[in-house]
Amino acid sequence: MSYLRAVWLFAAKDLKTELRSREQVVTLLFFALLMLVVFNFAFDFTIIDFTTLGAGILWVCFIFSGVLALNRSFQIEREQDRIQGILLAPIDRSAFYLGKVAATVVVMSAVEAILVPLSVILFNFQFSDRIGIAIAVLILNTIGFAAVGTLFAAMTTRTRRGELLLPLLLFPATVPIALAAVKSTTHVLAGRPFARYSSWIGLSCAYDLIFLAAAVLLFDHVMEE
Amino acid sequence: MDANARSAWLDRLLLALLVVLIPACLHAIFVVAPTEAKMGIVQRIFYFHVPSAFAAFAGIVLCALYSALYLWTRDRRYDTLACASAELGVVFCTIVLITGPIWARPIWGVWWTGEVRLTSTLVLWLIYVGYLLLRSNAENRDQAARWGAVIGIVGALDLPIIYKSVEWWRGLHPKVLKISGGQGLDPTMRHVFALCTLTFFLLFAHLLIQRYRLGRLADEVDDLMSARRRPSPAPPRPASWS
Repeated sequence: MSYLRAVWLFAAKDLKTELRSREQVVTLLFFALLMLVVFNFAFDFTIIDFTTLGAGILWVCFIFSGVLALNRSFQIEREQDRIQGILLAPIDRSAFYLGKVAATVVVMSAVEAILVPLSVILFNFQFSDRIGIAIAVLILNTIGFAAVGTLFAAMTTRTRRGELLLPLLLFPATVPIALAAVKSTTHVLAGRPFARYSSWIGLSCAYDLIFLAAAVLLFDHVMEE
Repeated sequence: MDANARSAWLDRLLLALLVVLIPACLHAIFVVAPTEAKMGIVQRIFYFHVPSAFAAFAGIVLCALYSALYLWTRDRRYDTLACASAELGVVFCTIVLITGPIWARPIWGVWWTGEVRLTSTLVLWLIYVGYLLLRSNAENRDQAARWGAVIGIVGALDLPIIYKSVEWWRGLHPKVLKISGGQGLDPTMRHVFALCTLTFFLLFAHLLIQRYRLGRLADEVDDLMSARRRPSPAPPRPASWS
Protein backbone atom coordinates (compact mmCIF):
# COMPACT_ATOMS: atom_id res chain seq x y z
CA MET A 1 0.00 0.00 0.00
CA SER A 2 1.47 3.30 -1.02
CA TYR A 3 2.04 6.01 1.53
CA LEU A 4 -0.43 8.47 0.00
CA ARG A 5 -3.12 5.80 -0.13
CA ALA A 6 -2.61 5.15 3.57
CA VAL A 7 -2.96 8.89 4.28
CA TRP A 8 -6.12 8.98 2.20
CA LEU A 9 -7.60 5.93 3.96
CA PHE A 10 -6.96 7.41 7.40
CA ALA A 11 -8.54 10.73 6.40
CA ALA A 12 -11.46 9.00 4.65
CA LYS A 13 -12.15 6.87 7.73
CA ASP A 14 -12.52 9.95 9.93
CA LEU A 15 -14.51 11.88 7.37
CA LYS A 16 -16.89 8.98 6.74
CA THR A 17 -17.58 8.72 10.46
CA GLU A 18 -18.16 12.45 10.54
CA LEU A 19 -20.39 12.41 7.48
CA ARG A 20 -22.59 9.73 9.03
CA SER A 21 -22.91 11.26 12.47
CA ARG A 22 -22.37 14.93 11.57
CA GLU A 23 -21.98 15.57 15.28
CA GLN A 24 -18.69 17.43 15.08
CA VAL A 25 -19.39 19.90 12.28
CA VAL A 26 -22.81 20.76 13.71
CA THR A 27 -21.48 21.31 17.24
CA LEU A 28 -18.49 23.33 16.01
CA LEU A 29 -20.66 25.39 13.75
CA PHE A 30 -23.07 26.32 16.52
CA PHE A 31 -20.20 27.13 18.83
CA ALA A 32 -18.59 29.39 16.22
CA LEU A 33 -21.93 30.99 15.36
CA LEU A 34 -22.56 31.66 19.04
CA MET A 35 -19.19 33.41 19.25
CA LEU A 36 -20.05 35.53 16.23
CA VAL A 37 -23.27 36.58 17.94
CA VAL A 38 -21.38 37.41 21.15
CA PHE A 39 -18.95 39.56 19.15
CA ASN A 40 -21.89 41.19 17.45
CA PHE A 41 -23.10 42.26 20.91
CA ALA A 42 -19.64 43.11 22.20
CA PHE A 43 -18.77 45.58 19.44
CA ASP A 44 -21.06 48.20 18.00
CA PHE A 45 -20.77 47.64 14.25
CA THR A 46 -22.85 50.69 13.45
CA ILE A 47 -19.77 52.69 14.51
CA ILE A 48 -16.91 50.33 13.71
CA ASP A 49 -16.29 49.29 10.13
CA PHE A 50 -16.35 45.49 9.93
CA THR A 51 -13.20 45.34 7.80
CA THR A 52 -11.05 46.64 10.68
CA LEU A 53 -12.19 44.00 13.21
CA GLY A 54 -13.83 41.36 11.03
CA ALA A 55 -10.77 39.27 10.24
CA GLY A 56 -9.84 39.08 13.93
CA ILE A 57 -13.35 38.08 14.93
CA LEU A 58 -13.60 35.41 12.25
CA TRP A 59 -10.23 33.92 13.15
CA VAL A 60 -10.97 33.84 16.88
CA CYS A 61 -14.09 31.85 16.00
CA PHE A 62 -12.16 29.50 13.68
CA ILE A 63 -9.31 28.97 16.12
CA PHE A 64 -11.53 28.32 19.14
CA SER A 65 -13.76 25.91 17.24
CA GLY A 66 -10.59 24.38 15.77
CA VAL A 67 -9.33 23.60 19.28
CA LEU A 68 -12.61 21.83 20.00
CA ALA A 69 -12.19 19.82 16.79
CA LEU A 70 -8.60 18.91 17.68
CA ASN A 71 -9.56 17.86 21.19
CA ARG A 72 -11.99 15.36 19.64
CA SER A 73 -9.61 14.36 16.86
CA PHE A 74 -7.96 11.41 18.63
CA GLN A 75 -11.01 10.53 20.73
CA ILE A 76 -12.29 7.88 18.27
CA GLU A 77 -9.02 6.00 18.53
CA ARG A 78 -8.87 6.28 22.29
CA GLU A 79 -12.28 4.68 22.73
CA GLN A 80 -12.04 0.90 23.07
CA ASP A 81 -8.30 1.13 22.50
CA ARG A 82 -8.56 1.27 18.71
CA ILE A 83 -5.22 3.01 18.71
CA GLN A 84 -3.51 -0.35 19.27
CA GLY A 85 -4.79 -1.57 15.89
CA ILE A 86 -3.38 1.46 14.16
CA LEU A 87 -0.06 1.21 15.94
CA LEU A 88 0.21 -2.46 14.98
CA ALA A 89 -0.58 -1.84 11.29
CA PRO A 90 2.50 -2.10 9.04
CA ILE A 91 2.16 1.50 7.91
CA ASP A 92 4.36 4.48 8.58
CA ARG A 93 2.81 6.27 11.54
CA SER A 94 3.26 9.66 9.94
CA ALA A 95 0.58 8.56 7.42
CA PHE A 96 -1.81 8.39 10.37
CA TYR A 97 -0.75 11.91 11.34
CA LEU A 98 -1.21 13.34 7.84
CA GLY A 99 -4.61 11.62 7.59
CA LYS A 100 -5.68 13.26 10.83
CA VAL A 101 -4.42 16.67 9.64
CA ALA A 102 -6.33 16.27 6.37
CA ALA A 103 -9.54 15.29 8.17
CA THR A 104 -9.21 18.23 10.61
CA VAL A 105 -8.57 20.67 7.75
CA VAL A 106 -11.71 19.41 5.97
CA VAL A 107 -13.86 19.69 9.11
CA MET A 108 -12.52 23.19 9.95
CA SER A 109 -12.95 24.31 6.33
CA ALA A 110 -16.54 23.09 6.36
CA VAL A 111 -17.20 25.24 9.42
CA GLU A 112 -15.45 28.21 7.78
CA ALA A 113 -17.38 27.72 4.53
CA ILE A 114 -20.66 28.17 6.40
CA LEU A 115 -19.50 30.79 8.89
CA VAL A 116 -18.06 33.27 6.38
CA PRO A 117 -21.31 33.63 4.35
CA LEU A 118 -23.25 33.90 7.63
CA SER A 119 -20.99 36.70 8.85
CA VAL A 120 -21.46 38.44 5.50
CA ILE A 121 -25.17 38.59 6.33
CA LEU A 122 -24.70 39.34 10.02
CA PHE A 123 -22.17 42.15 9.61
CA ASN A 124 -23.11 43.54 6.16
CA PHE A 125 -19.87 43.40 4.28
CA GLN A 126 -19.01 42.43 0.73
CA PHE A 127 -16.07 40.70 -0.83
CA SER A 128 -17.74 38.63 -3.55
CA ASP A 129 -15.09 39.60 -6.12
CA ARG A 130 -12.25 38.23 -3.98
CA ILE A 131 -13.60 34.78 -3.12
CA GLY A 132 -10.72 32.87 -4.75
CA ILE A 133 -7.98 34.52 -2.73
CA ALA A 134 -10.14 34.43 0.43
CA ILE A 135 -10.47 30.64 0.13
CA ALA A 136 -6.70 30.29 -0.42
CA VAL A 137 -5.96 32.39 2.70
CA LEU A 138 -8.43 30.40 4.81
CA ILE A 139 -7.10 27.01 3.72
CA LEU A 140 -3.40 27.91 3.98
CA ASN A 141 -3.77 29.10 7.56
CA THR A 142 -6.11 26.29 8.54
CA ILE A 143 -3.46 23.80 7.40
CA GLY A 144 -0.80 25.45 9.58
CA PHE A 145 -3.09 25.47 12.59
CA ALA A 146 -4.16 21.86 12.08
CA ALA A 147 -0.57 20.69 11.44
CA VAL A 148 0.73 21.83 14.84
CA GLY A 149 -2.62 21.21 16.53
CA THR A 150 -2.76 17.56 15.50
CA LEU A 151 0.80 16.92 16.68
CA PHE A 152 0.01 18.49 20.08
CA ALA A 153 -3.44 16.87 20.35
CA ALA A 154 -1.83 13.44 19.90
CA MET A 155 -0.02 14.14 23.20
CA THR A 156 -2.52 16.17 25.20
CA THR A 157 -5.54 13.92 24.59
CA ARG A 158 -3.73 11.20 26.51
CA THR A 159 -3.50 13.26 29.67
CA ARG A 160 -6.24 13.82 32.22
CA ARG A 161 -6.33 17.59 31.72
CA GLY A 162 -5.79 17.37 27.96
CA GLU A 163 -8.65 19.64 27.02
CA LEU A 164 -7.09 22.47 29.01
CA LEU A 165 -3.53 21.68 28.01
CA LEU A 166 -4.05 21.74 24.24
CA PRO A 167 -4.96 25.44 23.95
CA LEU A 168 -2.20 26.34 26.45
CA LEU A 169 0.37 24.72 24.19
CA LEU A 170 -1.22 25.46 20.85
CA PHE A 171 -2.05 29.17 21.08
CA PRO A 172 1.48 30.42 21.70
CA ALA A 173 2.93 28.03 19.13
CA THR A 174 0.50 29.18 16.44
CA VAL A 175 1.03 32.92 17.00
CA PRO A 176 2.63 33.29 13.54
CA ILE A 177 -0.38 31.62 11.92
CA ALA A 178 -2.84 33.76 13.89
CA LEU A 179 -0.98 36.95 12.87
CA ALA A 180 -0.63 35.92 9.22
CA ALA A 181 -4.26 34.80 9.05
CA VAL A 182 -5.68 37.97 10.59
CA LYS A 183 -3.43 40.30 8.58
CA SER A 184 -4.02 38.66 5.21
CA THR A 185 -7.77 38.26 5.82
CA THR A 186 -7.99 41.95 6.77
CA HIS A 187 -6.30 42.92 3.51
CA VAL A 188 -8.59 40.59 1.54
CA LEU A 189 -11.72 42.01 3.22
CA ALA A 190 -10.56 45.57 2.54
CA GLY A 191 -9.84 44.68 -1.08
CA ARG A 192 -6.22 45.76 -1.03
CA PRO A 193 -3.78 44.67 -3.78
CA PHE A 194 -2.15 41.24 -3.40
CA ALA A 195 1.34 42.75 -3.14
CA ARG A 196 0.35 44.32 0.19
CA TYR A 197 -0.06 40.95 1.89
CA SER A 198 1.92 38.55 -0.27
CA SER A 199 4.65 38.35 2.40
CA TRP A 200 2.05 37.13 4.94
CA ILE A 201 0.92 34.45 2.49
CA GLY A 202 4.58 33.47 2.12
CA LEU A 203 4.91 33.24 5.91
CA SER A 204 1.84 30.97 6.13
CA CYS A 205 3.25 28.72 3.39
CA ALA A 206 6.64 28.51 5.14
CA TYR A 207 4.97 27.76 8.50
CA ASP A 208 2.83 25.01 6.95
CA LEU A 209 5.80 23.35 5.27
CA ILE A 210 8.18 23.59 8.26
CA PHE A 211 5.74 22.19 10.78
CA LEU A 212 4.25 19.51 8.54
CA ALA A 213 7.80 18.28 7.90
CA ALA A 214 8.82 18.53 11.58
CA ALA A 215 5.66 16.75 12.71
CA VAL A 216 6.08 13.93 10.18
CA LEU A 217 9.58 13.36 11.60
CA LEU A 218 8.52 13.67 15.25
CA PHE A 219 5.16 11.88 15.20
CA ASP A 220 6.73 8.45 15.67
CA HIS A 221 8.08 9.53 19.04
CA VAL A 222 4.71 10.88 20.09
CA MET A 223 2.78 7.69 19.35
CA GLU A 224 5.17 5.21 20.94
CA GLU A 225 3.48 3.17 23.66
CA MET B 1 31.35 7.77 39.84
CA ASP B 2 34.34 9.43 38.21
CA ALA B 3 32.12 11.70 36.07
CA ASN B 4 30.12 12.56 39.17
CA ALA B 5 33.23 13.48 41.08
CA ARG B 6 34.42 15.61 38.18
CA SER B 7 31.09 17.46 37.89
CA ALA B 8 31.05 18.01 41.65
CA TRP B 9 34.52 19.54 41.40
CA LEU B 10 33.47 21.73 38.46
CA ASP B 11 30.39 22.78 40.38
CA ARG B 12 32.42 23.81 43.41
CA LEU B 13 34.70 25.83 41.15
CA LEU B 14 31.68 27.56 39.57
CA LEU B 15 30.22 28.28 43.00
CA ALA B 16 33.53 29.77 44.19
CA LEU B 17 33.69 31.97 41.08
CA LEU B 18 30.10 33.10 41.56
CA VAL B 19 30.68 34.00 45.21
CA VAL B 20 33.35 36.44 43.98
CA LEU B 21 31.68 37.51 40.72
CA ILE B 22 28.16 38.34 41.91
CA PRO B 23 29.24 40.99 44.47
CA ALA B 24 31.78 42.25 41.91
CA CYS B 25 28.96 42.60 39.38
CA LEU B 26 26.77 44.52 41.82
CA HIS B 27 29.68 46.84 42.61
CA ALA B 28 30.36 47.33 38.90
CA ILE B 29 26.70 47.99 38.07
CA PHE B 30 25.96 50.45 40.86
CA VAL B 31 29.34 52.11 41.49
CA VAL B 32 31.70 51.69 38.54
CA ALA B 33 29.33 52.08 35.58
CA PRO B 34 28.60 55.72 34.69
CA THR B 35 24.99 56.92 34.83
CA GLU B 36 23.54 57.08 31.34
CA ALA B 37 23.13 60.67 30.11
CA LYS B 38 19.52 60.53 28.91
CA MET B 39 17.90 57.66 30.75
CA GLY B 40 19.55 58.20 34.12
CA ILE B 41 19.66 55.59 36.88
CA VAL B 42 17.01 53.32 35.30
CA GLN B 43 19.41 52.37 32.56
CA ARG B 44 21.33 50.22 35.07
CA ILE B 45 18.59 47.60 34.84
CA PHE B 46 20.03 46.90 31.39
CA TYR B 47 22.91 45.00 33.08
CA PHE B 48 20.39 42.54 34.50
CA HIS B 49 17.90 42.55 31.66
CA VAL B 50 20.11 41.75 28.68
CA PRO B 51 22.32 39.06 30.29
CA SER B 52 19.12 37.35 31.52
CA ALA B 53 17.82 37.42 27.98
CA PHE B 54 21.05 35.79 26.80
CA ALA B 55 20.73 33.12 29.49
CA ALA B 56 17.07 32.50 28.64
CA PHE B 57 18.02 32.12 25.01
CA ALA B 58 20.80 29.70 25.94
CA GLY B 59 18.24 27.68 27.90
CA ILE B 60 15.91 27.39 24.92
CA VAL B 61 18.69 26.45 22.50
CA LEU B 62 20.17 23.87 24.91
CA CYS B 63 16.70 22.44 25.51
CA ALA B 64 16.23 21.89 21.76
CA LEU B 65 19.72 20.38 21.37
CA TYR B 66 19.34 17.99 24.30
CA SER B 67 15.82 17.12 23.16
CA ALA B 68 17.12 16.11 19.74
CA LEU B 69 19.96 14.15 21.38
CA TYR B 70 17.45 12.40 23.63
CA LEU B 71 15.22 11.34 20.73
CA TRP B 72 18.30 10.10 18.91
CA THR B 73 20.03 8.19 21.71
CA ARG B 74 17.18 7.66 24.19
CA ASP B 75 19.65 8.37 26.95
CA ARG B 76 17.68 9.69 29.91
CA ARG B 77 20.51 11.98 30.97
CA TYR B 78 19.91 14.11 27.87
CA ASP B 79 16.28 14.43 28.80
CA THR B 80 17.18 15.51 32.33
CA LEU B 81 19.44 18.15 30.80
CA ALA B 82 16.74 19.25 28.34
CA CYS B 83 14.21 19.65 31.12
CA ALA B 84 16.71 21.52 33.33
CA SER B 85 17.55 23.87 30.44
CA ALA B 86 13.88 24.56 29.78
CA GLU B 87 13.24 25.32 33.47
CA LEU B 88 16.18 27.75 33.56
CA GLY B 89 15.00 29.24 30.29
CA VAL B 90 11.66 29.96 31.93
CA VAL B 91 13.30 31.41 35.07
CA PHE B 92 15.57 33.80 33.15
CA CYS B 93 12.77 34.64 30.73
CA THR B 94 10.63 35.62 33.74
CA ILE B 95 13.45 37.95 34.91
CA VAL B 96 13.52 39.49 31.43
CA LEU B 97 9.76 39.98 31.43
CA ILE B 98 9.84 41.63 34.89
CA THR B 99 12.87 43.91 34.37
CA GLY B 100 11.72 44.99 30.87
CA PRO B 101 8.53 46.81 31.91
CA ILE B 102 10.29 48.39 34.95
CA TRP B 103 12.69 50.00 32.48
CA ALA B 104 10.03 50.73 29.85
CA ARG B 105 7.70 52.63 32.19
CA PRO B 106 9.94 55.70 32.77
CA ILE B 107 11.65 55.56 29.34
CA TRP B 108 8.82 54.76 26.92
CA GLY B 109 6.05 55.98 29.22
CA VAL B 110 4.25 52.63 29.11
CA TRP B 111 4.66 49.31 30.91
CA TRP B 112 3.97 47.28 27.84
CA THR B 113 3.75 47.74 24.07
CA GLY B 114 3.24 45.41 21.14
CA GLU B 115 6.93 45.74 20.33
CA VAL B 116 8.58 42.78 18.65
CA ARG B 117 11.03 41.57 21.31
CA LEU B 118 8.56 42.01 24.16
CA THR B 119 5.83 40.15 22.39
CA SER B 120 8.02 37.33 21.16
CA THR B 121 9.62 36.93 24.61
CA LEU B 122 6.17 36.63 26.15
CA VAL B 123 5.10 34.07 23.56
CA LEU B 124 8.34 32.16 24.13
CA TRP B 125 7.74 32.16 27.89
CA LEU B 126 4.21 30.84 27.33
CA ILE B 127 5.47 28.02 25.11
CA TYR B 128 8.01 26.83 27.69
CA VAL B 129 5.55 27.11 30.57
CA GLY B 130 3.35 24.88 28.40
CA TYR B 131 6.33 22.54 27.99
CA LEU B 132 6.68 22.19 31.78
CA LEU B 133 2.91 21.76 32.22
CA LEU B 134 2.73 19.02 29.57
CA ARG B 135 5.64 17.18 31.18
CA SER B 136 4.03 17.28 34.59
CA ASN B 137 0.82 15.85 33.11
CA ALA B 138 2.43 12.87 31.37
CA GLU B 139 1.67 9.38 32.61
CA ASN B 140 5.24 8.30 33.15
CA ARG B 141 8.85 9.35 32.92
CA ASP B 142 9.43 8.09 29.37
CA GLN B 143 6.30 9.72 28.03
CA ALA B 144 7.26 13.02 29.68
CA ALA B 145 10.70 12.75 28.11
CA ARG B 146 9.43 12.01 24.59
CA TRP B 147 6.71 14.66 24.69
CA GLY B 148 9.05 17.22 26.20
CA ALA B 149 11.56 16.55 23.43
CA VAL B 150 8.89 17.08 20.76
CA ILE B 151 7.77 20.41 22.28
CA GLY B 152 11.40 21.46 22.85
CA ILE B 153 12.19 20.99 19.17
CA VAL B 154 8.95 22.49 17.87
CA GLY B 155 9.36 25.49 20.22
CA ALA B 156 12.88 26.22 18.99
CA LEU B 157 11.77 25.92 15.34
CA ASP B 158 8.89 28.25 16.06
CA LEU B 159 11.07 30.91 17.67
CA PRO B 160 12.49 32.58 14.52
CA ILE B 161 9.09 32.42 12.80
CA ILE B 162 7.36 34.04 15.80
CA TYR B 163 10.02 36.75 15.87
CA LYS B 164 9.66 37.43 12.15
CA SER B 165 5.88 37.48 12.24
CA VAL B 166 5.70 39.82 15.24
CA GLU B 167 8.30 42.05 13.60
CA TRP B 168 6.12 42.40 10.52
CA TRP B 169 3.11 42.97 12.70
CA ARG B 170 4.67 45.86 14.68
CA GLY B 171 7.90 47.51 14.31
CA LEU B 172 10.67 50.66 19.32
CA HIS B 173 13.25 48.54 21.00
CA PRO B 174 16.49 50.23 21.98
CA LYS B 175 19.29 48.99 19.77
CA VAL B 176 22.19 49.43 22.13
CA LEU B 177 24.66 46.81 21.08
CA LYS B 178 26.81 47.31 18.01
CA ILE B 179 25.68 44.06 16.42
CA SER B 180 22.08 45.23 16.25
CA GLY B 181 22.97 48.55 14.61
CA GLY B 182 22.87 50.92 17.58
CA GLN B 183 25.46 53.56 18.30
CA GLY B 184 27.24 51.34 20.81
CA LEU B 185 28.15 51.64 24.44
CA ASP B 186 30.58 53.69 26.44
CA PRO B 187 33.74 51.55 27.05
CA THR B 188 33.21 51.34 30.86
CA MET B 189 29.60 50.35 30.29
CA ARG B 190 30.76 47.74 27.82
CA HIS B 191 33.15 46.21 30.34
CA VAL B 192 30.51 46.13 33.07
CA PHE B 193 28.11 44.57 30.59
CA ALA B 194 30.64 41.92 29.59
CA LEU B 195 31.28 41.09 33.29
CA CYS B 196 27.54 40.77 33.93
CA THR B 197 27.03 38.57 30.88
CA LEU B 198 29.85 36.27 32.02
CA THR B 199 28.40 36.10 35.55
CA PHE B 200 24.91 35.30 34.30
CA PHE B 201 26.25 32.54 32.05
CA LEU B 202 28.21 31.04 34.95
CA LEU B 203 25.13 31.29 37.15
CA PHE B 204 23.19 29.54 34.42
CA ALA B 205 25.81 26.79 34.20
CA HIS B 206 25.88 26.38 38.00
CA LEU B 207 22.10 26.12 38.24
CA LEU B 208 22.02 23.74 35.27
CA ILE B 209 24.48 21.38 36.94
CA GLN B 210 22.55 21.56 40.23
CA ARG B 211 19.25 20.87 38.51
CA TYR B 212 20.80 18.07 36.48
CA ARG B 213 22.13 16.37 39.59
CA LEU B 214 18.76 16.72 41.28
CA GLY B 215 17.09 15.22 38.20
CA ARG B 216 19.53 12.29 38.22
CA LEU B 217 18.78 11.64 41.88
CA ALA B 218 15.03 11.73 41.19
CA ASP B 219 15.56 9.21 38.39
CA GLU B 220 17.52 6.95 40.70
CA VAL B 221 14.73 7.09 43.29
CA ASP B 222 12.22 6.29 40.51
CA ASP B 223 14.24 3.29 39.40
CA LEU B 224 14.53 2.01 42.96
CA MET B 225 10.80 2.44 43.54
CA SER B 226 9.83 0.60 40.35
CA ALA B 227 12.35 -2.15 41.14
CA ARG B 228 10.65 -2.60 44.51
CA ARG B 229 7.17 -2.68 42.97
CA ARG B 230 8.15 -5.23 40.31
CA PRO B 231 7.59 -8.82 41.49
CA SER B 232 11.30 -9.57 41.51
CA PRO B 233 12.79 -12.99 42.21
CA ALA B 234 13.21 -13.46 45.95
CA PRO B 235 16.57 -12.18 47.15
CA PRO B 236 19.06 -14.87 48.13
CA ARG B 237 18.66 -15.65 51.80
CA PRO B 238 21.57 -15.35 54.14
CA ALA B 239 23.19 -18.75 54.69
CA SER B 240 22.61 -18.71 58.45
CA TRP B 241 18.80 -18.93 57.99
CA SER B 242 18.77 -22.39 56.40
